Amino acid sequence: MDAVATPTPIAADAVWPAVRWAAARDLKLALRSRGELGVQLLFYVIVVSLFPLSTSPERNLLATMGPGVLWVAALLSSLLSLPRLFAGDHADGTLEQIALSPYPLGALVYGKILAHWLTTGLPVVVLAPLLGLQYAMDAESLAVLTVALLVGTPILSLLGAIGAALTLGLRASGSLLALLILPLYVPVLIFGAGAVDAARAGLGVSANLSLLGAGLLVAMVGAPFAAAAAVRIALD
Amino acid sequence: MSLNWFKYASPATFYPLAGKMIPWFAWAAALLAAAGLYLGLVVAPTDFQQGDAYRIIFIHVPAAWMSMFLYVVMAAWSALALGFNTRLSAMMAQAIAPTGAVMTFIALWTGAFWGRPTWGTYWAWDARMTSELILLFLYFGIIALRHAIDDPRRADRACGVLALTGVVNIPIIYFSVQWWNSLHQGSSVSLTRAPAMAAIMLTGMLIMSLAAWFYAIAASLARVRTIIVDRERGAAWVSELPEVRNA
Repeated sequence: MDAVATPTPIAADAVWPAVRWAAARDLKLALRSRGELGVQLLFYVIVVSLFPLSTSPERNLLATMGPGVLWVAALLSSLLSLPRLFAGDHADGTLEQIALSPYPLGALVYGKILAHWLTTGLPVVVLAPLLGLQYAMDAESLAVLTVALLVGTPILSLLGAIGAALTLGLRASGSLLALLILPLYVPVLIFGAGAVDAARAGLGVSANLSLLGAGLLVAMVGAPFAAAAAVRIALD
Repeated sequence: MSLNWFKYASPATFYPLAGKMIPWFAWAAALLAAAGLYLGLVVAPTDFQQGDAYRIIFIHVPAAWMSMFLYVVMAAWSALALGFNTRLSAMMAQAIAPTGAVMTFIALWTGAFWGRPTWGTYWAWDARMTSELILLFLYFGIIALRHAIDDPRRADRACGVLALTGVVNIPIIYFSVQWWNSLHQGSSVSLTRAPAMAAIMLTGMLIMSLAAWFYAIAASLARVRTIIVDRERGAAWVSELPEVRNA
């Protein structure tokens, strides 16, 4: 009777174990190559510190540029870390085994994205206030910037996963990934930097942050499935 | 009488049908463009604010509309291709992409030439221009992804996923003028209120839009025919086509 009542035994109750398993596995892998994570963070710091050297160390200008520079650097460091998401597993055949497992591929991809954000997005969020100080940003702007990055960087990982899966195993996949993904990142950049600009101008930040939050919800619902579909396309 | 639409879902039956449709759409586009340009450049009066510079809207607005519309159409074909696994739908999506990119480019280029005398600048980082530029990058991304993948069936599905992901940007572009108070003026044409322009200008613009639409159909159909011949070159019916045999 039970078998008739539940024709697909792996459905809702298999989603969270799959997410947890994939996230834990990727976290463990990432923490075993800490050097790589450190290099990515250093890339973020270096990109941010190039701008005052190339433009002007004048404090007002820095405070104006700061939010945009920090956001662009976050975008670039996310882009740089995206190939790690699937490329290693694709090269050694693990991705094929993951796709063959009876668990829903969308949930497994979701776990991988979660681990990617925890290892590459979250450190960027944590470092941002410190780097913002170097840009002479005031306390309120720093707080808004951190919140905006906290809401916005998961969108980068979610959207980026689609591009990373689409470009698996292609020639010149790095620059192609940038061409595919950066246009999709632009709305996140506009709303994220816009929130900080609004705070500096003394306007309400809730509109920009709400739009970012809405974007995050849409990306959380849609992106894992699109990325899972892209993984299947790459594996054919 | 019931039409069997699925009959034309096969490249072999669609190829001759497309060949028959192309001259109709091409001639309609040419005649409408001639009529629209005559209305726009000769009959329509000079604008009291913008002088003759406004006449660029007869190219600019149709191109901008088509740039967004073609993306939606391309995404719809991609969705059909992904959902029903039909080869011809993916070929249509592939054929539309370059025309869409050209329309986007024309919209940006003519906008720059209109902006110089009217706003005093070729380019401003305003919401609508920026999002139209992003649309151009989306088209480029889809075309580049297509060229990076050797297997056409994999390319079909990968481009389909990308096109459907990017379709989120279309409402952002369309409503950007209302959401952000930008340099680019709001829409002068609306379904819900009387247009804020002279009837003759509006007529010219709508005729030009129809011309752009028919041109896009003719160009896409011509391109899809070359794609069909290229991809089905192993099939017997392709090698029996007179244009292939005599080539």
